[in-house]
Amino acid sequence: MAQAPENTSEFRQAFGPHAVYASGVRLETGIEPDKLIKTHCCFCGQQCGIQLKIKDNEVIGFEPWEEFPFNRGMLCPKGVKRYLQGSHPDRLLHAYQRDPTSESGFRELAYNQAIALVASEIQRIQSTHGNDAFGVLTGASLTTEKAYLIGKFARMCLKTANIDYNGRLCMVSAGAANKKAFGIDRAANPWSDILKSEVVWISGANIAECAPITTNYVWQAREYGAKIIVVDPRITPIARTCDLFLPVKPGRDIALFNGIVHLMIENNWLDHDFITKHTVGFEAVVEHVHEWNPNKTAEVTGISERAIRQAAEWWGQAKSSFLLHARGIEHHSHGVQNCLGAINMVLASGRIGRESCGYATITGQANGQGGREHGQKCDQLPGMRDISNPEHRAYIAGVWGITPEELPQAGVDAYEMFRLIERGEIRGLLSICFNPKVSLPDNSFVARCLEKLEFYVAIDFFLNETAEHADIVLPGSLQEEDEGVVTQIEGRVIKINKAVEPPGDAKQDWRVIQDIAKALEREKGFTFSGPREIFDELRIASKGGIADYSGITYEKIEKQYGVFWPCPSEDHPGTPRLFEAESSNPIAKGSGPFYFTDGKARFNVAPYTPPAEDTDAEYPLMLTTGRVVSQFLSGTQTRRIGPLVDQYPEPLIEIHPQLAQKLGIANGDLTTVESRRGDITLPAMVVTTIRPDTVFVPYHWPGRKSINQLTISAQDPISKIPEYKVCAVRVRKTTGNGS
Amino acid sequence: MVPDQNEFFMDPNRCIGCQACVQACSECETHKGYSMIHLDYVDRAHSVQTTPVVCLHCDSPTCAEVCPADAIKKTADGVVQTALKPRCIACNNCVLACPFGVPKMKTEFKLMMKCDMCYDRTSEGLKPMCATVCPSQALFFGTRQEIELLRPRSVATNQFRFGEQTITTKVNMMLPKFGKAEYVDVTAAMSERSSGKTISLNILDGMYDEEQSQ
Repeated sequence: MAQAPENTSEFRQAFGPHAVYASGVRLETGIEPDKLIKTHCCFCGQQCGIQLKIKDNEVIGFEPWEEFPFNRGMLCPKGVKRYLQGSHPDRLLHAYQRDPTSESGFRELAYNQAIALVASEIQRIQSTHGNDAFGVLTGASLTTEKAYLIGKFARMCLKTANIDYNGRLCMVSAGAANKKAFGIDRAANPWSDILKSEVVWISGANIAECAPITTNYVWQAREYGAKIIVVDPRITPIARTCDLFLPVKPGRDIALFNGIVHLMIENNWLDHDFITKHTVGFEAVVEHVHEWNPNKTAEVTGISERAIRQAAEWWGQAKSSFLLHARGIEHHSHGVQNCLGAINMVLASGRIGRESCGYATITGQANGQGGREHGQKCDQLPGMRDISNPEHRAYIAGVWGITPEELPQAGVDAYEMFRLIERGEIRGLLSICFNPKVSLPDNSFVARCLEKLEFYVAIDFFLNETAEHADIVLPGSLQEEDEGVVTQIEGRVIKINKAVEPPGDAKQDWRVIQDIAKALEREKGFTFSGPREIFDELRIASKGGIADYSGITYEKIEKQYGVFWPCPSEDHPGTPRLFEAESSNPIAKGSGPFYFTDGKARFNVAPYTPPAEDTDAEYPLMLTTGRVVSQFLSGTQTRRIGPLVDQYPEPLIEIHPQLAQKLGIANGDLTTVESRRGDITLPAMVVTTIRPDTVFVPYHWPGRKSINQLTISAQDPISKIPEYKVCAVRVRKTTGNGS
Repeated sequence: MVPDQNEFFMDPNRCIGCQACVQACSECETHKGYSMIHLDYVDRAHSVQTTPVVCLHCDSPTCAEVCPADAIKKTADGVVQTALKPRCIACNNCVLACPFGVPKMKTEFKLMMKCDMCYDRTSEGLKPMCATVCPSQALFFGTRQEIELLRPRSVATNQFRFGEQTITTKVNMMLPKFGKAEYVDVTAAMSERSSGKTISLNILDGMYDEEQSQ
């Protein structure tokens, strides 16, 4: 049973998290680095260019990379201090086996011995309980090569249907909606199209904290005269200087989008020519939004009617625009519908596929885009192919040298995998680049499921909270210890370059995967000599698919500062802007710019439904969650970097003074928030920058500081994204010592 | 020498409080491990507005004028430096006198340290660390032509009035082009004030009131 070790001082000493500061050579001045490696930040989806300073196989600092066109040297605090994750005392330098008799909970193990144990446990579980009884959980911070390889490993080597990834918590609502509306899932425009648009509409995106460099694009647009509209339950830093702020009640975004389309129709702020020529389904939307008059919209969204009318007027009358959204509208049990509602606004305006006319979701993770294209998602094969489509199966089976029958069918989403563990259908688990014990909702359930596993192997560079449950820990690689591509926020494929060698017994993740395949005596298809060879196979596997990388090479990426996919041939420059009127694609074959056989985009009726758990007398307030600028996701890396820890040391509960006064809570008071699933006690931060009916807590911390003890595991029926952004809670001033 | 055409512009209106500048400042060769930038919330209870302050490098630096040990020097190209270690007596005069609150007393070194506009970088034609990384470009380093093109709604000023004292600085502050300069009187911040503007963002309060009044 995979139980986490006791939280002893020996365990903490061995595995941390220790907050590390610059010391030694990193503090010395006048050090001439051995080399400067041009690469990208390891954190968010913007993938800012950065140069790492290397001395004696150690990353000792950074130098801005001002030539890289996306960020021109700009970095957020995470990018500035990211170098401190190297040479870290918590770094896993060996394989480990769980050992309850050891003070630290684990004992060191020879790497080969660990691999052999993993292989024998996989064989034991699969021969006893079937292939699907072994699951694989992965992540969207892996390079595309690793994501591709691990998808292939699950399907071809382990022959399990059960692989899914943490993009399930991130990009899937937007991805599903984009496919329904456009037939393709990628940001439609490069960020340079933001600069000259007349209106920038930002829904549910805390840009300044979660995609900081994008701030400069938005504010540059404002300098040139753009109106900025921000929709959020909180006045985030990007909202502070916007032209119109719409304080939406959490979970009511569709109502707003429908209300805006209603006013666009009423005032004839429509591009009839575009709607006729390039879309289908508008009539049904017209009929559906008829009831969403401003009065009803205001009532449901909690936004004043005046503000709604103003937003519709600016949006409706603009000649150019860019609509951006992120997890704020996507983390909902109706996340796909939210995105479709936003897309309806764009399609009705006809402002897409042209210069300064754009639409995009803001990807969260480093490879949030590339990681969702090439087959680590439970229902997908490389090239954004569909695992249930016989033609797609046949093509990929051909590339892999197997029969389509040997390819497993679709598995289940990451959260459902835990439900399968609970029911005993999944008995063994391999995880990499995923920390579900912190990042999944209702995470006490996740912890209970981990304890039920017969065998759990984690590949990681630090022992994250989930990996604490592992039977075997294999030491993987940091981003700077390997090369490979990732696809950033705009759809630009860029190259991560290797800066240092992995320390100790640590190995590049693709080597670890291949070593397991070899120990299983299923080596065929897993004998790549490096990422370049994997990429070359991925190019073939993606060829003819929607996410076509076949014309991209490492050299071309370097020469062009990245290549926007689709890029179907080596003489093709890539496609920065999708849906240009005269463009062609492999689905439409010249009949139009969108990725359907008729070349037309789809309007989708987006019906409003309230959140899965609405407020009531017992739980009268809404909880919403999100990020702070100095931490990243489950904090496995950023909670180990001292200067970032100091910037925002622990989570706080943001609460409006009107609510605080009613509850007798003053700024800094210990405050308890309870949901039906759990409770948390943290200091209050009393601010007028949040709706009085909502409290906010960031989610980067584990254990009793994890807000995901409270969040709800309700999921969108299509995308299976969890509803992190709204659930019902009650709040009180903590009495006693708060424990 | 810092090339003449390169100037520093601070635009607090754009600041998002991310502290990239604070974190990057401590990576500077001349004061590694220590950040010289000040970044504060103006009034977090009511706004997320933050404001970054680098040294403005005054033409006649008050810090140097009040230094009894003559420890604070300005380079020929106008950059006011950290106090000279052999001279500094850690008396704190400069810390108290600087109208912008820039100098920091590092008691562990008995030395006043301050922003030197990344002289190791700027004197070689590079940008200072903070202005290079700043994600919102609230801190901008470049030519006047560039800033005029990029910020058509703002105008740069380098004159600040404190009571009867007018200070001219090397670093510029961006101000809204169409507003006029406001001189804030100390009485505006006193509890029994009778005039003076309060600047606060109460959109959410307003939203709530409106809902209640319906």
